[in-house]
Amino acid sequence: MTKTTINRRAFGILTTGAIVAAATSARAQDKKVLRFVQNGNMSILDPIWTTAYVTRTHGYFIYDTLFAMDANNAIKPQMVDKWEVSPDKTEWTFTLRDGLEWHDGKPVTSEDCIPSIKRWGARDAMGLKLMEFVKDFKAVDAKTFKMILKEPYGLVLESLGKPSSNVPFMMPKRIAETDPFKQIDSQIGSGPFVYVNAESKPGEKHVYVKNPKYKPRSEAPSGLSGGKVVKIERVEIIEMPDPQQQVNAIIAGEIDLIEQPPHDLLPIMKADKSVQLVDWNPLGQQFIYRMNHLQPPFNNPKIRQAALLTIRQEDYLKATVGAPEYYKVSSAAFISGTPNAFDTPNDLLIKPNFEKSKQLLKEAGYDGTPIVLMQSTTLPVLTNTAPVTKALLEQGGFKVDMQSMDWQTLVTRRTKKDPPSQGGWNLFHTFTVAADILNPISNTYMVAQGDKSWFGWPTDPEMEKLRDAYSKETDPAKAKELAHSVQNRAVETAQYAWIGQWYGPGAARKNITGWLKAPVPVMWNIEKA
Amino acid sequence: MIDFIARRLVSIVPVLAVVAIFVFLMLRLTPGDPAAVIAGDNATSDQIADIRAKLGLDLPIWQQFAIWAGDMLRGNFGESFFFKKTVAELIAQRIEPTLSLAICTLILAVVVAVPLGVIAAYRHGSWVDRLVMGFSVLGFSVPVFVIGYCLIYVFAIDLGWLPVQGYTRIGVDFGSFLEHMVLPSVSLAVVYIALIARITRASVLEVLNEDYIRTARAKGLSNRVVLMRHALRNAAVPILTVIGIGIALLIGGAVVTESVYGLPGLGRLTIEAVLSRDFPTIQAVILLFSVVYVLINLLIDIAYTLFDPRIRY
Repeated sequence: MTKTTINRRAFGILTTGAIVAAATSARAQDKKVLRFVQNGNMSILDPIWTTAYVTRTHGYFIYDTLFAMDANNAIKPQMVDKWEVSPDKTEWTFTLRDGLEWHDGKPVTSEDCIPSIKRWGARDAMGLKLMEFVKDFKAVDAKTFKMILKEPYGLVLESLGKPSSNVPFMMPKRIAETDPFKQIDSQIGSGPFVYVNAESKPGEKHVYVKNPKYKPRSEAPSGLSGGKVVKIERVEIIEMPDPQQQVNAIIAGEIDLIEQPPHDLLPIMKADKSVQLVDWNPLGQQFIYRMNHLQPPFNNPKIRQAALLTIRQEDYLKATVGAPEYYKVSSAAFISGTPNAFDTPNDLLIKPNFEKSKQLLKEAGYDGTPIVLMQSTTLPVLTNTAPVTKALLEQGGFKVDMQSMDWQTLVTRRTKKDPPSQGGWNLFHTFTVAADILNPISNTYMVAQGDKSWFGWPTDPEMEKLRDAYSKETDPAKAKELAHSVQNRAVETAQYAWIGQWYGPGAARKNITGWLKAPVPVMWNIEKA
Repeated sequence: MIDFIARRLVSIVPVLAVVAIFVFLMLRLTPGDPAAVIAGDNATSDQIADIRAKLGLDLPIWQQFAIWAGDMLRGNFGESFFFKKTVAELIAQRIEPTLSLAICTLILAVVVAVPLGVIAAYRHGSWVDRLVMGFSVLGFSVPVFVIGYCLIYVFAIDLGWLPVQGYTRIGVDFGSFLEHMVLPSVSLAVVYIALIARITRASVLEVLNEDYIRTARAKGLSNRVVLMRHALRNAAVPILTVIGIGIALLIGGAVVTESVYGLPGLGRLTIEAVLSRDFPTIQAVILLFSVVYVLINLLIDIAYTLFDPRIRY
């Protein structure tokens, strides 16, 4: 054996050793990093300024909430230690729990929480409603503050524990005092993760590290409430817009979690041994179909009712979701399986009655003017809804002019109140996270205040009376009855149509455990083996 | 030559002015309102109107243009409507992946396509020629994203040799940078190779029939010397021209390739900006692409003089 051979062998052993050591170290390092792909890119980091779900999820990383919704849809204290309400139910006193700290080391105080609630209350629909009842806020001491109401309001805790966009996240005073219509410029919260601005590059990735100073509650985690125990050192949100690429990347082990892959790609991941599907959002989503109440023919309630009579939810769900395990036919506006759920009588929205629809159109004097139906072609989950509506409406005696466009064009055009011939519209579809529409106040589509309503602008004083009564009702049983009345009223006036609930599981590598069931994908409690 | 370069640089100004006016008007005239996108799905018309006013989108178009053009002349590209960053910062952050992709693709394309074209011309009518021409037709016909997905399936998922997606910055880890560049560059280079190989073949073929080539051969020069020194050099002008024209292909291809491979470059920034109607970002990126296109064509014109001494400016 020559010296050269020995040297080569020694070099080979050393090199192999170095590679193995580097690989082992990389694997160990890899266990501490969770790579997560959300549904869409996150360009905005202010969860009060935008309702984008990706930004809402970012909010749950770095901010905390006073209250939070648990896995049974009940509101539980989160940053709040204790709270009490005066006998006349107009004075609410909240005391923060010990040890709450902002990421910059300063303590969380009442002076921070008050402007945080005010800023959220200027943007969010449920916040706006709450603020109508609020007379004043008072900071009693560093940890205690009061919210004084003009009259009792039944949804104080539901508002402060609102789970989805916009979430009342608590921010430091100087940040919370930013104009609600301007983006904040700092990412300091008191949540379980710290945003690493220096390493985050919008369009590429967002980096979060475990907040070492965060003190989780002692209770077990449940939904968005309980102990937010972070079991991973670092989370990277990878921006990857192409769903096929997301699936390729998770199979190749380059990412660990996908928030919600499209339904048509689920079989590929089901067949792969290294990937599991996780039902993290049991409440799911709901498809919505909205008519324009200002323009003919849907300014006529009878014609709107005729449209509702043509709906068969299963057609929509089969066309958009496909596999029955991922959808639910349900005529409940406030989401099947939740406290306010209530089935609409006579199988409306489930079984169509085309003859009755035609009869109503005749009675209403429908002149055959085509319905301008806007179809979004860039949001895959919505693309197939409009052709189904077109087919069903035509069977019910309507004429339909389906116009295809990208989603951004649709969201611009839906703001126009002009007649369809002048750039307006008659009907479009959207979808919403179920957690956003669990009661008549958070459900934006139930608002019937004309110009102040969501697009379609329904006006119905009776509906507003019912919603108002619901908001003031503090007895849960009576509130539930009022929620049913709201739904009945929405059906009676055909205010809008809910056309099916659906579920989209997340995907995770098999070595990932602890993904909590909640309306938002949260990264605490997750472990990586 | 200096006069020529100066004249060409001055001529960029009206080109950019036309591009700026065109892009600005197109964005304002096409449907889509950034305020509605920002406001989100639950916003009311009043909230959207508030945001529109804050962004200055409620001003008359001529006024919006005057403000933007004035800012541009002062070197201020404005602030993105969505990212809490200036457009200049965004471009600086995203330019490296696009530049890397373009350079790797260009090198790969020239290194592969020019010899292929020369060989095809030299072996005119043989199976090699037919193979190269067949590849060219295929390269033109198959979209970049299809090539991308096929390469990913074979080399990233099945064989596991290369990463599926992503980008490592050149200064962070050069090895990882190269790994991440291989598949995107190959995907994007295919169409470019097809184009350059075809033009090289045609140009060299034309030159090979010239008298001076026959003379060179009669002098007893080897095939390599005849091809490389005499034929290719004289065929270089059309090849350079097509490389210049191909820059436009490269820019268009980069948009698709960056999306398929998850590269955080200017192409993806353009798509994100277009989908969200981020006017300041779209305007700046398109202007930048125009400047790059014009400058590269200027460089190509200058390069002509190196290959053909008859060309003088």
